[in-house]
Amino acid sequence: MRTSRAALAVTVVTALAAVTACGGGTSTDGGGSNESPKTLTYWASNQGPSVEADKKILTPELKKFEEQTGIKVKLEVIPWSDLLNRILAATTSGQGPDVLNIGNTWSASLQATGALLPWDQKSFDAIGGRDRFVASAVASAGAEGKDPAAVPLYSLAYALYYNKKMFADAGISQPPTTWDQLVADGKKISKDGKWALGAEGGNLANNIHQVFVLGKQHGADFFDSSGKPTFTSDGAVAAVKQYVDFMAKDKIVAPGNAEYAQNQSLQDFARGKTAMVLWQAAASTFAAQGMKPADWGVAPVPVPAGTPGTGQNTNSMVAGINMAVFKNTKNADGAKKFVKFMTSDAEQKLLNKTYGSIPPVKAAQQDPAFSAPDLKVLRDTLATSAAPLPQVPTESQFETAVGTAVKELWADAAAGRPVTTESVKDRLAKAQQQMQQ
Amino acid sequence: MTTTVTPGRTDRAGSGESVGTKDARGRLPRIPDRIRHGGLPYLLLLPAVVLELLVHLIPMVIGIAMSFRQLTQFYIRNWGQAPWAAFDNYRVAVDFDAPIGRALLHSFYVTCLFSVLAVGLSWLFGVAAAIMMQENFRGRGLLRAVFLTPYALPVYAAVITWAFMFQRDNGLINHVLHDQLGLTDQPSFWLIGDNSFVALVVVAVWKSWPFAFLILMAGLQNIPRELYEAAAIDGAGVWQQIRKITLPSLRPVNQVLVLVLFLWTFNDFNTPYVLFGRAAPEAADLISIHIYQSSFVTWNFGSGSAMSVLLLLFLLLVTAVYLLLTSRGRKTADA
Amino acid sequence: MPRPPSSPTAPPRSFRWTRRIVLTFLSAFALLPVYVMLSSSLKPLQDVSGKFQWIPSGFTIRPYIDIWDTVPLARYFLNSLVVAGAATVLSVVIAVFAAYAVSRYRFRGRRVFTVTVLSTQMFPGILFLLPLFLIFVNIGNTTGIALYGSRGGLILTYLTFSLPFSIWMLIGYFDSIPRDLDEAAMVDGCGALGALFRIVVPAAVPGIVAVAVYAFMTAWGEVLFASVMTNDTTRTLSVGLQGYATQNDVYWNQVMAASLVVSVPVVAGFLLLQRYLVAGLTAGAVK
Repeated sequence: MRTSRAALAVTVVTALAAVTACGGGTSTDGGGSNESPKTLTYWASNQGPSVEADKKILTPELKKFEEQTGIKVKLEVIPWSDLLNRILAATTSGQGPDVLNIGNTWSASLQATGALLPWDQKSFDAIGGRDRFVASAVASAGAEGKDPAAVPLYSLAYALYYNKKMFADAGISQPPTTWDQLVADGKKISKDGKWALGAEGGNLANNIHQVFVLGKQHGADFFDSSGKPTFTSDGAVAAVKQYVDFMAKDKIVAPGNAEYAQNQSLQDFARGKTAMVLWQAAASTFAAQGMKPADWGVAPVPVPAGTPGTGQNTNSMVAGINMAVFKNTKNADGAKKFVKFMTSDAEQKLLNKTYGSIPPVKAAQQDPAFSAPDLKVLRDTLATSAAPLPQVPTESQFETAVGTAVKELWADAAAGRPVTTESVKDRLAKAQQQMQQ
Repeated sequence: MTTTVTPGRTDRAGSGESVGTKDARGRLPRIPDRIRHGGLPYLLLLPAVVLELLVHLIPMVIGIAMSFRQLTQFYIRNWGQAPWAAFDNYRVAVDFDAPIGRALLHSFYVTCLFSVLAVGLSWLFGVAAAIMMQENFRGRGLLRAVFLTPYALPVYAAVITWAFMFQRDNGLINHVLHDQLGLTDQPSFWLIGDNSFVALVVVAVWKSWPFAFLILMAGLQNIPRELYEAAAIDGAGVWQQIRKITLPSLRPVNQVLVLVLFLWTFNDFNTPYVLFGRAAPEAADLISIHIYQSSFVTWNFGSGSAMSVLLLLFLLLVTAVYLLLTSRGRKTADA
Repeated sequence: MPRPPSSPTAPPRSFRWTRRIVLTFLSAFALLPVYVMLSSSLKPLQDVSGKFQWIPSGFTIRPYIDIWDTVPLARYFLNSLVVAGAATVLSVVIAVFAAYAVSRYRFRGRRVFTVTVLSTQMFPGILFLLPLFLIFVNIGNTTGIALYGSRGGLILTYLTFSLPFSIWMLIGYFDSIPRDLDEAAMVDGCGALGALFRIVVPAAVPGIVAVAVYAFMTAWGEVLFASVMTNDTTRTLSVGLQGYATQNDVYWNQVMAASLVVSVPVVAGFLLLQRYLVAGLTAGAVK
């Protein structure tokens, strides 16, 4: 009696589990349907100063789209803290938006799930052709050799922001163009409680962005052509060591930066405590922190020697947001129309201007607004000397493992423990071992 | 001596005669006789059972099923097609010679130490506050609300504020320890390196002791006044009363309280996540963060589930042993 | 200081001094972050992240005005209140029923029930977050009951979070209320439920209030599930507050101001409720 009741309970639970567990991917696998052609749901990432501000910025544009096509777009602006988890949940259940923004570094991982509509030749033609977009931006929308999983929407690159007055006080007339110059200038600046360079030692993504570029400059990628991690190559080790040595050896980064993860380095910059930061588009933040536009200047991120370019003279990763269509959409045609609308020259100019980013659409870049001194640096970097982060499905593992390794190395440097080639290599070897598959 | 009487028993006699005679007004609709005896308890339990089944038990069964599959980003869209991994995920997790297993084991030790410290201190603070405030004095009500304040603040904001206070260069903690008291030669780091463990314990205690206080305070209300009066007549002082009456009487409350505090602290995700971000320093690498990294961050839900199941088994074991020990303790105390 | 009549001897000096020290320390510990929040919330943004000062130099109430525009704070607050309130009421009612059954009846499966319920506290949330989400979506697809993205789904989830502990606590409370009382009431013609509501519940008020406070706070503070299960219109405070931290800008002063604003009603609620925490039994059964 007792056991049979228990057995019954187990059966019921398992049966229920089986009923509910079979995933949500019931909708067609081929590429969405057109069951409800009159509405779209759009998940926008938070690009402006706040979620509410974004809603105010996007709503009139969505109205325009509705007037043109009769399709009503339901907008939800999702904070970055939630976006990836929401997308994961949508992917597992099949219950998601029609169109969504993704961080471009997630592209290859999301592409591997098969949840996003691939952008083949035909789809690209429908929005004006692949050639409309900056090549490096398209390269950041999925693994090489596959149809991109998304279309670039907003682009950014890294630049060197510097405090003009602090440079003048230290007798420096020009921003540095090579790392040797940066270190030399940095040593002049770093005294009396002032420091040359800011870093976000606790921010994994930022760590990755910096060491990725330095890696490129040392001729190293963090993955080989078959997608296997190669974190311990000489170039990768040298890159990580060079970055952490700004604090450990050159002493041009304040020890406190080792724990920064909430953009404190920007606050230090705005308060005149540090003279330089490497950042994506910091203008609005400086303004919010009470710094006048005339007080800071922008220059390309330094390179080992010469001028920024490709290969070993790469000086930025391709940062940005891509726009994707969810495969389970019930309005595939409408979704593509919406992507076309958002990547149209007019919308690209308007939205990127508002958000302080650079349009990945070449024609839109010609707008004079993107020739302002700071944006011009970003635009040129993007066009000539930026490379996408490794487009591998394990990108987020890479970001976590190597980003954490760099974070721990910052902690070592800040505590005065030696940072040597061996210690760097050890950390990176550990990170590599944590990569599964 | 009567001082070891535990109020957690139903067979206490001799106090209720005068009350039971009233209260016959206004009957509730009669429940049909058929289910009155056998069925009623089940009926009362039904809502709880259904909801627990829906929100906890069935998802858990699914979670266990996930742990036997190779559920990476390639398969999350259709779980049924994920390759069967048998015990592979478990093997990786408990292979303590390999980095993943070693990191998990390290994280497990850290979590155990953290839980014991945080629960111990939370309980200590809670019981001290509850006992000290058992007796009425001016401002007691206000103080009670003050003590519950940490509980009322949204977790995210509270922990972010602590992170703010623990900053090396600008934080309050170093301002006091270094600038004002001069206890350290150098401002210390609290959010990275080994000190991060201390920071984590402090925040966890701050967050959970009000709960211990709340529960213990309510528990104290169950101790009959007569016990204290009798003890006072026997000449027992306040401290003795606390030792001989208050603490033993709190035993049944403590039994559940300590266990539940332990389980929450062990599984706590929000505190380390907000304090350290998604990569906690090694010294404060709690298991919940570790599992989050192994599932959500690295998109390997099979492996994350396997670790969760191991964790669950461990906690089940701890709970079973704990209940066995404390129940025996209670029985001997009753006898 | 007036002594309560029931205390036969005045506490000795040592006790009073210990009490003073302990309570002062605990108050300081509890309030220190609150002070930091308050002072930070009154600073202009560029001052917030500067060197800590006990007495701030800049002063502005601007953050308290801006918080309403940066995120839809009022809506989040309302969502949280509805979700936490409903989860609390349901959780307490369900827990009272269940605890009464366990405390007053001997039936088959009683032990299994109590142990299983407690064991649900051990599940790491991470383990069942995605499965639960899937279940909600599937329920929505098959029955049309929208649990995913709705407040209802969140209410169900949260009430089960607090249920196990509530049941266990209340079993302990009910056990300590003499059985003769409700048996007498039943003899007098109250049904079993009559006895529950007329005798047991009034006698267990402190426990019920404690459990209610706990249930409320569990729902009030939860982050992980809320971040996945809510959308723009149903987002709760604990998640919504993170909206003050955008990729480039973190509005520290506004985070702090908003946290304080939303906590005031909750603390006020505590102030009102705290006397019930100690009222019950002494007034009811034992005297």
